[in-house]
Amino acid sequence: MEILRYDLVIVGSGIAGLRAATAAAWASGGKISIAILSKIQAMRSHSLSAEGGMSAVLYPEKTNDSLELHAYDTVKGSDFLADQDAVQVLVEYAPKEVRYLERIGVPWTREPDGRIAQRPFGGMSIPRTTFAADKTGFFIMSTLFSETRRFDNIHIYHEHFVTKFIVENGQFRGVTAYDLRKGEFKLFYAKAGIIATGGAGRLYRFTTTAHSTTGETLGYALRAGMAIKDMEFVQWHPTALVPSGILVSEAARGEGGYLINKEGERFMKRYAPQRMELAPRDIVSRAILTECMEGRGFQHESGMCYVGLDLRHLGEERINKRIPFIRELAHKYAGIDALSEPIPVRPAVHYTMGGIHTDTWGRVLTADGKWIRGLWAAGEAAAVSIHGANRLGSNSLSECSVWGRLTGEQAAKYAMETPALPSPEEKLVEAAKKEEGRIFDTLLHKEVNAPSPYEVKRQLNDIMEEHFGPFRHGSAMAEGVAKLKKLREYTSFRIADGSRVYNQNLKDALEIDGMIDLALVVGLGAYARAESRGAHYRLDYPKRDDVSWLKHTVAYLYGGEIKLTYAPVTITKWKPEERKY
Amino acid sequence: MKSVVIKVKRYDGKKTWWQEYKVEAPSEKVSVLDLLVKVKEEQDPTLAVRYSCRMAICGSCGMVINGVPRLACQTLLSELKAEFITVEPMWNHKVIKDLVVDLEPDFEKVKKVKPYIIRDIKEIYETDKEFGQKPEELDKYYNFAYCIQCGLCMSACPVVATHERFLGPMALNAGYRWSADSRDQGWKERVKIIDAEEGVWACHLAYTCSAVCPRGVDPGFSIQLLKAAMLRKAKRP
Ligand SMILES: Cc1cc2nc3c(=O)[nH]c(=O)nc-3n(C[C@H](O)[C@H](O)[C@H](O)COP(=O)(O)OP(=O)(O)OC[C@H]3O[C@@H](n4cnc5c(N)ncnc54)[C@H](O)[C@@H]3O)c2cc1C
Ligand code: SF4
Ligand code: FES
Repeated sequence: MEILRYDLVIVGSGIAGLRAATAAAWASGGKISIAILSKIQAMRSHSLSAEGGMSAVLYPEKTNDSLELHAYDTVKGSDFLADQDAVQVLVEYAPKEVRYLERIGVPWTREPDGRIAQRPFGGMSIPRTTFAADKTGFFIMSTLFSETRRFDNIHIYHEHFVTKFIVENGQFRGVTAYDLRKGEFKLFYAKAGIIATGGAGRLYRFTTTAHSTTGETLGYALRAGMAIKDMEFVQWHPTALVPSGILVSEAARGEGGYLINKEGERFMKRYAPQRMELAPRDIVSRAILTECMEGRGFQHESGMCYVGLDLRHLGEERINKRIPFIRELAHKYAGIDALSEPIPVRPAVHYTMGGIHTDTWGRVLTADGKWIRGLWAAGEAAAVSIHGANRLGSNSLSECSVWGRLTGEQAAKYAMETPALPSPEEKLVEAAKKEEGRIFDTLLHKEVNAPSPYEVKRQLNDIMEEHFGPFRHGSAMAEGVAKLKKLREYTSFRIADGSRVYNQNLKDALEIDGMIDLALVVGLGAYARAESRGAHYRLDYPKRDDVSWLKHTVAYLYGGEIKLTYAPVTITKWKPEERKY
Repeated sequence: MKSVVIKVKRYDGKKTWWQEYKVEAPSEKVSVLDLLVKVKEEQDPTLAVRYSCRMAICGSCGMVINGVPRLACQTLLSELKAEFITVEPMWNHKVIKDLVVDLEPDFEKVKKVKPYIIRDIKEIYETDKEFGQKPEELDKYYNFAYCIQCGLCMSACPVVATHERFLGPMALNAGYRWSADSRDQGWKERVKIIDAEEGVWACHLAYTCSAVCPRGVDPGFSIQLLKAAMLRKAKRP
């Protein structure tokens, strides 16, 4: 086992992780050593699938927009579960981040005078979504990755799968990782850490997220004493391509696309008469599923029900200029030309609002609110919380960039103020060696009776789709929780590949191992929350209940069991009101 | 359902062999990647394949399919007329295992051309201004910024095959993309790296790079634009 010593270890190289790295590199004047670990090649992180854009108030005088309005839209979109002080931080820093990204070379789409162009997005009352055609995430990701190359003190570790966070006496000590390419196990011993491992869409089967968006690190976080907040809030994006689940960005509706049912009717008029197709995602997703349940959807050969996303009236020029990727994807993966036919779409899991419990500045907290010293979380993996019960499209890229920067700066300062690391003490090395043993000796050489990780994943996906979908019910969820608990009894997996170099089979098993715990957090949180709020919709409790449930769910591990507690929501300006669009 | 046979060139660190798998494809619209993942999950978990986005944007799944370097997730069954699909790892790269190759040398070459905005760095990190860019300035490099670093052009290039130090289409394209950006002032610095035997002048204009690029980046053309700018002694390409 190799031991590497760093001032700062960043786990995850999506927009949040990369931005944390450039911020820390600059803030420390190049003085601290920074490692970025990514389980896939660093520039391939899921952030690059983001299509639509990044929200920020850029030219308030020209557009009549204001930070206050952006904050209000976000809070209302969250169904009042967002922490309003955190939302304030988001809206203040987002424009600075868009401009930072401009300065490092993101090819933002422009107005004729050279300003950055902005488009409308669901739940945003004013066009404030900045974009780079419909490959926004790709361009931000690739530019940020390139930017890290400027700094010699940023070291990139491609294909290093983190298996464990090490926390001792309330202090972060490092992580262990499996280097797939070399087939080696390593301890990254560090003063500070930032967790930026993204979401967990792959808990479900029908999802817009990349294969790598599995969320196991959130399960590992629980084991290291961290807490997970608001995980029951799972966002379904209304328009995923049938049958693959590939996203058709909200930009399609932002640019003026219609949703139509089998009768050719723009059905959103019955659900959100004012905002129509641009109502928030939870509302549009439920509208589509209701159309389907009431027999007004189309039927796909795969058995899926869908509705049509109609772009025909937008014309070829606008489509090619503003949303070319959507046309390309629909053509490639659904075999239709958006110029002449509606695109077949239905809701798919897209985003997890919940994540690692942090304070407003991204510092990682235990369930009782204590900071784990030296540790931060940022991006989709964290719940700060600005999205509450429902995220507005384009607020996530802003969040990743803003909290990437904020945590990077804080971690750099902390690392500079902390004395140089001595050699790791025996106990730490022992803990890492034990982890190596768990993986290479126990997991890798297992009896043949255990189930294959893929079989377990199939079961997990089935349970999540069936029991914790967009329409939930107490009795179905109770059953789901029981099934998840059974799944959790599997203590080992059958790993057919016996090699160490690039053993994806082993990596897949490690993912599943963390995902099961996380799924149970979703299940328990959803079952307990006896109300409907944002993306969490219960047929047996169809109303929001601010008296009992205006609070964050906080899950933690105690004696091997997942327990729930609750934390208050920070309300500074806006009292909860009815959410109408 | 349609039965398909996939023949995969495998490597386990010691030996190389061809292995055949028979898979049921649920429709003609599935990709070669979908089929490989199906093999992995249902028949042979020891098969190693790199993949993530499954929508042709992350650049993970480059491989040689029926003799052509392509992205597996962008290659649909319906496009392959053959009954038999053969897949092998990308050419011109060291194989790590099965279809997974070592791309780090390619990434290091990109790093050599300084793929970032070169100008006073304090202006980037300590101001809050917008540099600004006109749509016509954006158009100059936009298409070249689409590169997803998949390495397919490197795999197809006949010069890369024999000239190890050649920067190659992936890195040279990055050299053009950054130098052609109106916000950048680094052309002079990059010329020193690119105007060399292992830089643009090694290119033989085979254009196989552009032929295989899954994002239509046209790296062959960016190499020509670089050469032209050097010969003209232009301020930027
Ligand atoms: C298709 C799609 C389109 C979207 N479009 C938009 C949009 O237009 N606007 C918007 O605001 N949001 C959008 N979102 C949401 C947004 O893209 C994500 O929330 C955001 O990119 C997450 O970034 P991140 O940096 O937190 O993590 P990610 O980009 O997901 O990166 C996670 C990183 O963690 C690493 N990692 C994970 N586990 C481990 C481990 N065990 N060991 C080591 N490394 C690990 C991964 O390798 C990766 O580098 C979209 C989401 C999807 C699915
Ligand atoms: S230029 Fe094209 S083929 Fe080459 S690495 Fe970039 S995207 Fe891939
Ligand atoms: S899986 Fe991302 S490009 Fe193929």
